[in-house]
Formats: sequence, C-alpha cells, structure tokens
Amino acid sequence: MEVLREISIGIEDGEFVALVGPSGCGKTTLLNILSGDDQSSSGSVDRQSRMRMVYQQDGLFPWQTVVENIALGLRHLTDPAELRRQIAQMVRLIQLEGFEDHYPHQLSGGMRQRVELARALAGESDILLLDEPFSSLDYLTRLRLRHELARLLHERPRTVVLVTHDIEEAAQLADRVIVLTERPAQIRRELRIRAPRPRDLTHPEVVHATRVILAELGIETEQATVEESQ
Amino acid sequence: MTNRSNIIKSVAVQTGVAGALVGIWTLVWACGFFHESALPSPLAVLRAFGTELGTWRLANDLIVSLFRVSCGFSIAVALGIPTGLWLGQRLAARKALLPLINFFRNLSPLAWMPFAILWFGVGDAATIFLIFLAAYFPVALATMAAVGSIPAVYFRVARAYGLNGVEKLTNVTLPAIMPQVITTLRVTAGLAWLIVVAAEMVAGRDGLGFAVMDSRNGLRTDLLIVQMIAIGLIGVAMDRVLMRLTRIPSVQWGYQR
Repeated sequence: MEVLREISIGIEDGEFVALVGPSGCGKTTLLNILSGDDQSSSGSVDRQSRMRMVYQQDGLFPWQTVVENIALGLRHLTDPAELRRQIAQMVRLIQLEGFEDHYPHQLSGGMRQRVELARALAGESDILLLDEPFSSLDYLTRLRLRHELARLLHERPRTVVLVTHDIEEAAQLADRVIVLTERPAQIRRELRIRAPRPRDLTHPEVVHATRVILAELGIETEQATVEESQ
Repeated sequence: MTNRSNIIKSVAVQTGVAGALVGIWTLVWACGFFHESALPSPLAVLRAFGTELGTWRLANDLIVSLFRVSCGFSIAVALGIPTGLWLGQRLAARKALLPLINFFRNLSPLAWMPFAILWFGVGDAATIFLIFLAAYFPVALATMAAVGSIPAVYFRVARAYGLNGVEKLTNVTLPAIMPQVITTLRVTAGLAWLIVVAAEMVAGRDGLGFAVMDSRNGLRTDLLIVQMIAIGLIGVAMDRVLMRLTRIPSVQWGYQR
C-alpha cells in the first residue's frame, strides 16, 4: 500500500519540526522510517547523528525502576559515580526526586512520560523523535508537559521531530509545522512559527498558526486562510 | 491494627470451616453409614498420625516424593524455558514443532508409565522421568506464548539503546515474560505434585504415592487419610512458596492489570 508519496523534508540542526495530518495519513510511518524501525520501498533517509524516540505510552520497561530506565539512556558511561551523578541530574530535571526507586506502574501517566523524556534526553543523542508523546494524557497534564518539554529542550537542546494529532501542541512547540494530506500523504503546507519558545497557548502566533492548520485540514472555515493570505 | 484483626478473623473462620468438616466426618462415622473398615474415625486417624511420626515413615516418604518432584520439575524448567524462548523467536521452529509439542502436552504422562518402568526400572528415575514429561511441555508452551506476546515497542527501545544478544535476553526478553512464567511455574508445580503420587503408586517402592497403595493393600484407611492430608498440605505449601516469587518488585507490574 502506498502510504507516503514524494515527501522530502530537510531538518536543520536544533530545529523543532512537527508533523500533523489526518489520522491514519502516515505520520507515524514517516517517523518510523526516520528512526529506521520501518524501511521505505523507495527513497532514503540521510541522518548525521544519533537519535532517540519517545513513544505514545508504555515505552518504559515496566520491570525497571525510574533510575534503571533512565540509566538505559546512559549506557555509554562506565564510571559508576558519573552515572549516578547524571541520573540524579536527570531526575532533578524532570522533578521526580523521591520517585527514583518507583516502578512505572506506580507512577501517573504524566510522570511516566517525563521519565521517557528523561531517558531519551540523557546521554549524547542529537535527534529526538516524538511519536504522539502526550496523546494518552488528560488535557491539563498535556498542557503542563508541553511546558516541561520546552523547558527540557532549553536545558538540553536537540533537533526534534514531533508527530502529533494535537494541532495546538504543534503550534505551541514547533519552529516549523508540516501539514500532511490524506493517504498517500504528501506535504500540503509548511508553516514557520518564529515566536521564541516557550510560548503560551494564547500567544497570537500560536493562535494564528492553529487556525491556519485547522483550515488546511478542512476543519475550520476558509476565513482563516483568507486572513492569512492578506 | 485493623489489618491484623482482619487476619485473625479470617483464620478463625477458616479454622471453623475445617472444624465443621471434621464434625460432619465424625457424625457420618458415628451414624455408621459405612463399615468400620471403610471410614475410620478422626481419633483413629490422629492415632495413626502419631505412630507415623514415631516411625518416621511418613517423613521419609514425604522427603522421597519432594526430592523426585524437585528433580523432575527443575529439569523440566531448565529445558522448558529455553525451548519456549527458542520457539517464541523462531517462526520456522514453531511451525515445525508446535503440533508435536501440543500432542505430547495433551498425552497424559501416566500413559508413559509402562515405558518409564521398562526403560528406567521401578524407582527414582522412572518417576522423575514422568514428572519431567508432565512439566516440560506446559512450561515450554507457556514460555513460547509469553515471548510471542511481548509488545514490539520493548524490542524497538532495546535496539534504540543498543541492547543486543545476551543483554537483550537478560534485560528485555526474560524480565518481560517473567510474570507469566511465574504463573506457569505455579500451575505446573501443582501438576507435577499430582503426577508424582500417581507415578509412585505404580513405579515406586517408596514415596507418598507408594505409601497410599501400601495402605490400601493393608486396608489401613486411617493411614490413608493421614497420607491424603499430608499430600494436600504439601501441595498447598509448594504453591505458597512459589507464590512468593510474585512479590519480587521487578515482576509486580505483571500482576497489576
């Protein structure tokens, strides 16, 4: 089955790119091709550095504690003291002090995703792939975790590719939003958002970008597009 | 505090139920429904228990049976888990061997009894062989199914973080199947305990199964009940010990859903 058609995306070092599109359009397939988990039937991926992926949910090993899961991202460290120091640093960064020896099933959904982020951000990867990382969370937790992600990326800058069906999330977090069409997915629109991060959900540029994306996906009226073209 | 009083309460209720059972037994015995030699009184059983303790015969049979179960079960687990891992990861092996394994799993190990005696003679080896047959196939099949049900995301994470070969096995595959394997061990140990009694009746010169047959031949129904109680209690104790495995922190997640 043809899922993707003639998609060519260049992503710059340190850029935050969000992929949005109708559900089932092939966003996740595209991400899996980028990560190497799926092979494309034609075309190629040229990547220059190490990448880590954060999954929708339950990507943590349930048989490992918070500390053990984070340590997975720091496997290159051989010095135990340095390993302990860096783990403690990550735990502090995601504000889960006191939960070091908890297992994932003892944490809330939001806490689990924070640990996932910590595991992916620990160590020396350069690219972060996020596959609908907050989609299984409730609305308020999702809003909080967006700020958390922006903050973590400020501390540990990475090139990010985010796949999401949450348009606000894309508009609030990304430097560039790529809107995909129905399957076979093609690039329908690329949208740059220049406002500095972290941004508020009510920031005019975020609101504007949200409306443009909604219009592109055929959900809101044409008015937004008309406004935008003026 | 409330927790402790709850425990005391439930133990009291359970003791009451057991006491009621002994009461019914006494009543049936006193009414004389059965001939004296067909149903012994609780008191006679208690006396028989006393003499058995004195002669150490019960203890000896118990140790013999436990030894056989431990040997057969350990060998079955030591071979069954690797077999299951292998079948779970190799589709070709699964396709080739699954019908055969299903066949042997559904074949009662007791049907092997004549061959067990012909090949190994009456004694430890024959009974251990039968226990092995009873436990090996279920352990292999359950391990295979558990491997097959590991979510793919764990292997993707393993690859992304550079876990390969032995590290993947010890850090991902084994811990991921552990909760299901522990459940299988509990079920299979119970099965092995059922089989050892039956096997010893025919292929043993000692052990609890042999003791039961011996009591039957001597029409010692009082002894028979002592042995039945011992068999039941040991089975429960074995499960209690294996249940402790479910309290290991790193397998707790498997019992939360």
